[in-house]
Amino acid sequence: MTSVPYVAHVAASLAEPYEYTFFRNGVVVATIAGALCGLLGVFVVLRGLSYIGHGLSHAVFGGAAASAVLGINYFVGAGLWGIISGVLIGRISRRRIIGADAAIGVVTTASFAVGLALLNRYGQAKRSIEAVLFGSVLGVKTADIVAVAVVSLLVVAVVIVLYRKMLYATFDPDVARVSSVRVEWIELLLMVMLSLTIIVTMRVIGTLLISALLVIPAATSRMMTNSFAKMLWISPVLGALAGFLGMNFAYHLDTAASASIILVSAAGFIVMYAIFGFRGRIRIAQLHHV
Amino acid sequence: MACAYDNALVLQDVNFDIAEGEFVGIVGPSGSGKTTLLRAILRTMKPVHGTITHRDGLRFAYVPQVETVDWNFPVTVMEVITMTRSRSKWWPRTSAAEKKDAETVLEQLGLAGLGGRHIRELSGGQQQRVFIARALFHRPELLVLDEPTSGVDVGTRHEVLHLLSDLHDSGVSIVLTTHDLNGLAAHLPRIVCLNKTIIADGAPADIITPSVLEQTYGAPMEVLIHGGMPVVIDTGMHTNVKPIRGVS
Repeated sequence: MTSVPYVAHVAASLAEPYEYTFFRNGVVVATIAGALCGLLGVFVVLRGLSYIGHGLSHAVFGGAAASAVLGINYFVGAGLWGIISGVLIGRISRRRIIGADAAIGVVTTASFAVGLALLNRYGQAKRSIEAVLFGSVLGVKTADIVAVAVVSLLVVAVVIVLYRKMLYATFDPDVARVSSVRVEWIELLLMVMLSLTIIVTMRVIGTLLISALLVIPAATSRMMTNSFAKMLWISPVLGALAGFLGMNFAYHLDTAASASIILVSAAGFIVMYAIFGFRGRIRIAQLHHV
Repeated sequence: MACAYDNALVLQDVNFDIAEGEFVGIVGPSGSGKTTLLRAILRTMKPVHGTITHRDGLRFAYVPQVETVDWNFPVTVMEVITMTRSRSKWWPRTSAAEKKDAETVLEQLGLAGLGGRHIRELSGGQQQRVFIARALFHRPELLVLDEPTSGVDVGTRHEVLHLLSDLHDSGVSIVLTTHDLNGLAAHLPRIVCLNKTIIADGAPADIITPSVLEQTYGAPMEVLIHGGMPVVIDTGMHTNVKPIRGVS
């Protein structure tokens, strides 16, 4: 009979953070951001662009700092900066003589350094650097929810409409070109969507850990299915779960939201790795008995 | 016509045409411009000089080398085939009509019932046929293949050769590149020897000769006639290469 009050106590404890507007906003943004990163992450992981996600988030830091110093709206400043960086990375990396990794290194580190220099020079509070680097749930406003929702709808619409072209360009770009798929335009669109995603999710997750959310749910979903179409819904579900659970763990364990979200996501990866690795070993063992 | 990469000419003075219903093999050493010529034919590369003219409304399709395919990519056989219909549909779900079309092509190529399989789970011959099936899904009049027997075993090579021969009999024009002089090129009705420019063009019996091959490959080769067909023997292997110790 003691279990009923205990359950009620647990339920009340779990519901407690939802009394705060900042937490509700944070949960909504983190959940949508997780799903959005999970969806785009499929393309990032399958195209081997994990480092681009990492680099772009650092590049956007420069734009965030510049908009803070110049007093420009964050979404406008960081948005333009991010899109320009994304396009630049895409363009430079196509020049075979330099190579994609070096191109990303040049653009993103220079952009990151600009951000740091601006914030140092113009004496912006240390807090603003930390908020951009590690994310801050307290800073989430209604505008952030609207921004992440709008970008998510946009990305979902693009992925639905261009699904086959994006799949074709990702799997087999040379043959896709023969079939009149404009592979370069699709790559550019992907860079723009990635930049926008990083900009609208950066306030919660932060620059340093956003790339993990672009990679881990997609990599986990890859272990769970051999179908591209299924990856496109499993990965966003895993990302959303990581966002939602991570925020709740962060409140109850008094840890940083971004770190908790990534740790939940990483735990999911480890569990799936263990399950699918074990299944693979059983399959191989069965082959030995044949 | 002529083609170049970064101002370095890789093809020059190339002048030939492919008539409807032809089956042409392009042979030549590595770096001779075979793939560049295919790209020019497919219009994914612009010549720096001259033009490539296609018959109005020509439907063509391309089959890449299987060695360039990422076999770990998460796609099923059905997804590989239907991804090519990228202009006709806005909603990504495969329609019943498309599925039926794809199943017809799969059946035609002996792949019936394999639509749900991941591409890695197929045999070498089945993998090659999946990519030919994807090309046929376009109902091409001209089929262009890059090294269709590269990296495959003898059984798969025979399988591919028979399949291409059947497609040619059904009216599809075919152009392919190959390194395989005995296993593939010698069986084709027309071959083009290429090394930056066209060295020779004609039927294998006229083209596969020691002088043409030496001019194309820059190495001496002997040609024997076996069962009415030319068989190329790399004589350089006997004269210039020291025997490996322990091998008799």
